[in-house]
Amino acid sequence: MSTPRIVRVASGQGFWGDWLEAPRRQVTGGPVDYLMLDYLAEVTMSILQKQKERDPTLGYARDFLGAVESVLPAITDRGVRVVANAGGVNPQACAAAVRGLATDHGASAGVRIGVVLGDDLLPRLDALLAAGHPLANMETGEPLASVRDRVLSANAYLGSTPIVEALTRGANIVITGRSTDTALTMAPLRHEFGWAADDYDRLAAGIVAGHIIECGAQCSGGNCLYDWRDIPDLGEVGYPIVEVAADGTFVVTKHPHTGGRVSTQSVAEQLVYEMGDPHSYITPDVIADFTTIRLAADGADRVRVHGIKGRPATDSLKVSVAYRAGYKAVGTLVYAWPDAVEKAQAADRVLRERLDRLGLHFDRVLTEFVGAGATHGALAGPPSPDLPEVQLRIGVRGSSRRDVERFTREIAPLVLNGPPSVTGFAGGRPKVEEVVAYWPALIDKRVVQPTVEMQ
Amino acid sequence: MRVRLLDIAHARSGDKGDTANVGILALRPEWYEVLDQYVTRDRVAAHFTGLITGDVIRFALPNLGALNFLLHGALDGGGTLSLKTDAQGKVVSTALLRMVIDVPDDVATRLRLPAAPAAAPSGPRQSVR
Repeated sequence: MSTPRIVRVASGQGFWGDWLEAPRRQVTGGPVDYLMLDYLAEVTMSILQKQKERDPTLGYARDFLGAVESVLPAITDRGVRVVANAGGVNPQACAAAVRGLATDHGASAGVRIGVVLGDDLLPRLDALLAAGHPLANMETGEPLASVRDRVLSANAYLGSTPIVEALTRGANIVITGRSTDTALTMAPLRHEFGWAADDYDRLAAGIVAGHIIECGAQCSGGNCLYDWRDIPDLGEVGYPIVEVAADGTFVVTKHPHTGGRVSTQSVAEQLVYEMGDPHSYITPDVIADFTTIRLAADGADRVRVHGIKGRPATDSLKVSVAYRAGYKAVGTLVYAWPDAVEKAQAADRVLRERLDRLGLHFDRVLTEFVGAGATHGALAGPPSPDLPEVQLRIGVRGSSRRDVERFTREIAPLVLNGPPSVTGFAGGRPKVEEVVAYWPALIDKRVVQPTVEMQ
Repeated sequence: MRVRLLDIAHARSGDKGDTANVGILALRPEWYEVLDQYVTRDRVAAHFTGLITGDVIRFALPNLGALNFLLHGALDGGGTLSLKTDAQGKVVSTALLRMVIDVPDDVATRLRLPAAPAAAPSGPRQSVR
């Protein structure tokens, strides 16, 4: 009797900026079939859009090139296939750069790139609005028209179907733009097991597997509060792998001889991360019910996941719109014992008085005392009068770049003309940042038609 | 008996726009009933009074021994708009674990619940049941 077939999907990046070592370690530490790399957070698309405006060959997650380079032998010699949403707002440029890289390494013949297109709604935005798609803000109900002239990017979250198509057509590197994070794990499973579009429970299992590993090591010991002191060797933390069976049950694990820990607790912490209504985890592929998930310890660093139920997806896709929303800057200074908090409070008063006198206009001014309740507020209780130091952190946001710029010049003077025992200003003047805000919306699925281009 | 959530639960939090979500998970399976019974929506809303501007919504996940709370208006606008250190609500989880609840002594004894340290404050308001 043969053992049931298992497909191994490894997670190698949980966001753009994650550990550069992880992809290579995932393909060299033990057997894996697929490597999924998640690069896109809510605001990443707008950053990439700005890069593309400056240079039409950019607009994708450039870290991806280093990742591909580090795993190229596994792709060409051992058949590991890579699925990544690294394409950002320019998947074709990303594909061209990967092709160039493979050519430089004499490996081009072994690389078949599938590019998923169709998520980018920016070129169609006015036509969509004119055709009666309001793209209203999901949180406020406001129609997109109110910020239309400030829109930088607009992308629909695509599900797993176009990635499955790319894999079926033989791609061993699939590059997408704004796919859902979970689709990157789901697609290899659908491709391997042929799960039908109405096999809701298995599709939901694929979504849960994707959710567990989409944040990289955050399910395998990283950022894990449970028993954190005794989680071994985070310096060599193992990134997660799901070993999935055709029936949709799976085991979360990591390679042997790596640090971190996979336990029911580490997995459960990740399951509740960024959770909304657990009964309805909505994706373009299926709605997964997180209240049906069963976890069971299955040996060292192994957690079995089963019991997951799903139901049909909605008729909509989520759209992420990024728009320009003014400017902001944050300045900091450090005040030392004695009376560190009192001095920082006094400096805050002086600074605010000066900002008022200058007649600067801001939508928001926020002061925090880091070390004295910045993250827990009043819940932390009154700060000890004996604190060795506290950081004054003051931020402003507004529509006038000039006013925000002026604010950044009011921090340093406090060192010589404000309250005493102040330090920590070596970083110089704070930078003015353009604020690119996020506008979540829904759109009728039928008007978004993803396509796949093989290169 | 006074019981501090830190001593009976672990937690993780994240963001969706201006909403922070906090999932709290019982450290032992048998302690979930304490979370479920005493960590009510109202109690959590009272705990975060002054720290959030919107509603609190509560979901139960008995399968994971967990509760999930959505704290609306917790992140100073959220995302890139927020000026907060914790703009993405990453450590709102630990703020919830500061909560101290009152559990009847017989329940606390039966479940071997650890008592809150004497210094732990009972929070802004007493539990609403």
